[in-house]
Amino acid sequence: MLVAFSAVSALALITAFIFRAGLPIMMKVGLGDFIFSNEWRPTDASPSFGIFPMIMGSLAVTAGAMVIGVSLGLACAIVLTQFCHPRAVSVLKPAIELLAGIPSVVFGFIGVVILVPLIRQYLGGWGLSVLAASLVLGIMMLPTVTSITVDALQAVPRSYGDGSIALGATKWQTTHMVLLKAAGSGIMAAVILGMGRAIGETMAVIMVIGNWLDVPHSILDPARTLTSNIALEMGYSAGEHRQALFATGVVLFVIIMAVNTAALAFSRHHLRKAGMR
Amino acid sequence: MMTVPSKLQSVNLNLWYGAFWALKGVSMAIRPQAITAIIGPSGCGKSTLLRCFNRMNDLTRSVRTDGQVLLDGQDIYASGYELTRLRKRVGMVFQRPNPFPLNVFDNVAYGPRVHGVRDRRTLERIVESSLKATALWEALQNRLDRPALALSAEQQQRLCISRLLAVEPEVLLMDEPCSALDPVATQHIEELMRELMQRYTIVIVTHNMQQAARISDETGFMLLGELVEFGTTKTIFTNPRDKRTEEYVTGRYG
Ligand SMILES: Nc1ncnc2c1ncn2[C@@H]1O[C@H](COP(=O)(O)OP(=O)(O)OP(=O)(O)O)[C@@H](O)[C@H]1O
Ligand SMILES: [Mg+2]
Repeated sequence: MLVAFSAVSALALITAFIFRAGLPIMMKVGLGDFIFSNEWRPTDASPSFGIFPMIMGSLAVTAGAMVIGVSLGLACAIVLTQFCHPRAVSVLKPAIELLAGIPSVVFGFIGVVILVPLIRQYLGGWGLSVLAASLVLGIMMLPTVTSITVDALQAVPRSYGDGSIALGATKWQTTHMVLLKAAGSGIMAAVILGMGRAIGETMAVIMVIGNWLDVPHSILDPARTLTSNIALEMGYSAGEHRQALFATGVVLFVIIMAVNTAALAFSRHHLRKAGMR
Repeated sequence: MMTVPSKLQSVNLNLWYGAFWALKGVSMAIRPQAITAIIGPSGCGKSTLLRCFNRMNDLTRSVRTDGQVLLDGQDIYASGYELTRLRKRVGMVFQRPNPFPLNVFDNVAYGPRVHGVRDRRTLERIVESSLKATALWEALQNRLDRPALALSAEQQQRLCISRLLAVEPEVLLMDEPCSALDPVATQHIEELMRELMQRYTIVIVTHNMQQAARISDETGFMLLGELVEFGTTKTIFTNPRDKRTEEYVTGRYG
């Protein structure tokens, strides 16, 4: 109770602090300009603060990471639960979960050393790109998505699968038409948690994305995300620049809240449709 | 009567769970368009035998089978026998109603979809006739989009039977289909089975001897993995050959 209360009040304090530090500059620049302007020149004599490129960078990287992380994670979970011996699962699942403990710099480092040159060589561009960041984040999401999806699939009553097989369905039909649906809420939780990690991750992204201040037009373009912008500039910022970074934090905060709420509402809707509640 | 070829027949069927010998040389011939009951004390292998008829035992690791099961004279354990086709022809109703966590329509349409029916009109027709066959249509025709898990236990079990009829099976295997239902619902399902019998071959496993006596035409009595006696229900209950059968049906056993 006390712990819950202190957690909630800490959260409230942080929120209040970020908003208090960030809102004034947003008002001054104008909300529309702040969000939709392409110009981010915080240290000029007459500075301009437009974070549109960073918003697009964050969205692009997150979307890319979701596509990669969720599809790989689901595939891993399906193979583990449906096609592996239980004993193999009891070894492989913890091994995958161990991946979650690797510090993000290490992922970023591997990205820079291996992924970026590969992309530069075979796909063109700098290598430092939205694609590189999406791949690194997608792989970082993998343990979370896989492990929660495995739990969700294992929690599906055996009787559903038996019922389907007994109607002459193949194992694959059973998996995607019954089991994945029955595990839907758990999988949704996995996706939300994975997404949280993708939007919030900073270090690994800074290392592979190029931190370029333009709206990316292809997945091979470099870009900059909201989090990397804050992390890169906070050290030397002052005055309005610093306030603008807090304002960037406000936008990030709102986006994460919106995404999570939407995801929750979506999964509720699905649960109701399936009659799970 | 004796000249009717059997729909389903096991020939000297043995089954092991690892080292445990669960079915011991079971030979049983099941008549078409009739209800065959399998009775016996708990753990004697009734469910195991039933699950041999649609090869659901294949899903259990460590199961080994030998002997034959003939469906219309063809051995379903022959190598290369197509399991999805087998299970379409030989369907199963489970002890606990197990509708999918989908709505009513999608539950019944599931089987046809799995077997390749895509056309919405056709699916609607199949759903309607399958629900009518189990007397659910009246109650549910306006609630096809309702979650199946919100139905009563009896309706859920009827829905599971509709779901099965939708793939046009030939044999219905029922493993204690009434054990999760109250007496009134049990009576309704029994009436339904008598109706379905005219078109399908039904094999029912039951703990309930009165039920077997009421609804079945033939009965097999099992004990410790063996089929002790098999014959018309009347004979088994009034004039059994084997002493163990007599003890069981008169309630002097376990
Ligand atoms: N998956 C399994 N692994 C090992 N042994 C099993 C397995 N399933 C069943 N058995 C054993 O095989 C025997 C027959 O089981 P089965 O379920 O066929 O009995 P049953 O007659 O249907 O019993 P009940 O009336 O309780 O349903 C039992 O002794 C049981 O312990
Ligand atoms: Mg049983």
